[in-house]
Amino acid sequence: MNWQPIILSLELALVTTMLLFLLAIPIANWLAETKSSIKPIVEAVISLPLVLPPTVLGFYLLVAFSPNNAFGNWLQNTVGIQLIFSFPGLVLASMIYSLPFMVQPIQSGLTGLSLNMKESSYVLGKSRFKTLVQVLLPNIKPSILTALVLSFAHTMGEFGVVLMIGGNIPGVTKVASIAIYDEVESLNYAAAHQYALILLLISFGILVTVYSLNKKINLTSQHA
Amino acid sequence: MLEVSVKKLLNSAHGQLELNLGFNVPEGEFLVVSGESGVGKTSLLRMIAGLMKPDAGSIRFKDFTWFNNKTHITPQQRDCGLVFQQYALFPNMSVEDNLKYALTKGQLMTDVEELLEIMEISGLRTQKPAQLSGGQQQRVALARTLVQKPKLLLLDEPLSALDRPMRIRLQEYLRKVHEKYQLTTIMVTHDPSEALRLADRIIAIEGGQIVREAKPTEFFGNKSLSGKFQFTGTVIALQAEELLVIASVLVGNQLIKVVISDEEKQSLRIGDEVIVASKAFNPIIKKI
Repeated sequence: MNWQPIILSLELALVTTMLLFLLAIPIANWLAETKSSIKPIVEAVISLPLVLPPTVLGFYLLVAFSPNNAFGNWLQNTVGIQLIFSFPGLVLASMIYSLPFMVQPIQSGLTGLSLNMKESSYVLGKSRFKTLVQVLLPNIKPSILTALVLSFAHTMGEFGVVLMIGGNIPGVTKVASIAIYDEVESLNYAAAHQYALILLLISFGILVTVYSLNKKINLTSQHA
Repeated sequence: MLEVSVKKLLNSAHGQLELNLGFNVPEGEFLVVSGESGVGKTSLLRMIAGLMKPDAGSIRFKDFTWFNNKTHITPQQRDCGLVFQQYALFPNMSVEDNLKYALTKGQLMTDVEELLEIMEISGLRTQKPAQLSGGQQQRVALARTLVQKPKLLLLDEPLSALDRPMRIRLQEYLRKVHEKYQLTTIMVTHDPSEALRLADRIIAIEGGQIVREAKPTEFFGNKSLSGKFQFTGTVIALQAEELLVIASVLVGNQLIKVVISDEEKQSLRIGDEVIVASKAFNPIIKKI
């Protein structure tokens, strides 16, 4: 059996989750404390991937990154990045696709914290950054865990966006979900079955880990 | 000297409220701000601490301008500490780590140790806030605020979530640190006995304005009551007998029964704070 698509899926999910985490924290923090009138618009944009068919998102990204138009051309010729049919392109597309899964749990975790906690830290003379990193984030561990795992699992399972923007290049963009589709198309059901089973086990394993960890965290905080 | 003169339009549950307050607090004074809930007491403290921006006016402490029409410095830059009513400790840190968090760069651990001792919480240093009682939590919160050695201490009903015996103990701690660290303290409370016990001066706010300002003994309008001794307590029972009414008043943890008239009974309700005073008799002191 060829393990490459599985490894590629795991790589993609890992890189996407890590980058997305760094991107989502400032966004979630801004959303949690802003009173700006554009907040609903920003929230809507972030949540779009939840309701849009992945092919729509993939289509627009494909158009945007294509070297046939100005932006894609600039990216490819001036910056030197090719985003379609490449791994970096897959990462970027996956980050957009999984954005709501990362932002929403962190945002609701931060919103649920007592305002006094944050303000105490400010009055103690501590910066907003230090407060976020040392006080706020450590107190929403279950939300962060949920966000990380949902984003990881969601990226593992994506299909439409990847197919549109990445295609089916072995070792570069052929992730597990694409490989399954590929094998089914060539009527190679045995191989499709192997990939499918492995994806199923990985997803199940991740979810069981999360729920048991969350149970543990909740128990300790109750006892505490 | 703290000089406050602020205007702020607040949107409260009962509609809009225009806060318009001006007062000075000399260095070393313990000022109590009293008033019903929703009159803008907490907003006042938040404006002094820099957590809320006034619409107009100025706030000056010592020789520094904290707020005027050109300046609005952040809470981080103001030399003041604020203790909230509750939920302000960091649950992820132990008692000791909560205090250490407040240390500034280069400050020594001895300051933390000293406060752990003074507030009698060194036995709790490894515990997490959720394992502590309400009274212990507030002692930790007060200690943490004092680590940064503020010259101005703001207290937003810090004892109101506690039961009475614990409140009385914590009042002693407050008075102790106020004197030891030569603080200028502003405390918001709606508990008259607390105001009476702690304040050098009391100001009362109603509808966004200062309506009264006085020394504690004058404040409660008892100049006529020049008793030989007097205590404040809470009415816990009003029992009507055949010809008279007996009021049971809890002072500290002593129960005192006082005979009152039917008329007086009409003006009292269970839970009211009252002063129990005696005029005609000479009190006896006996060592126990």
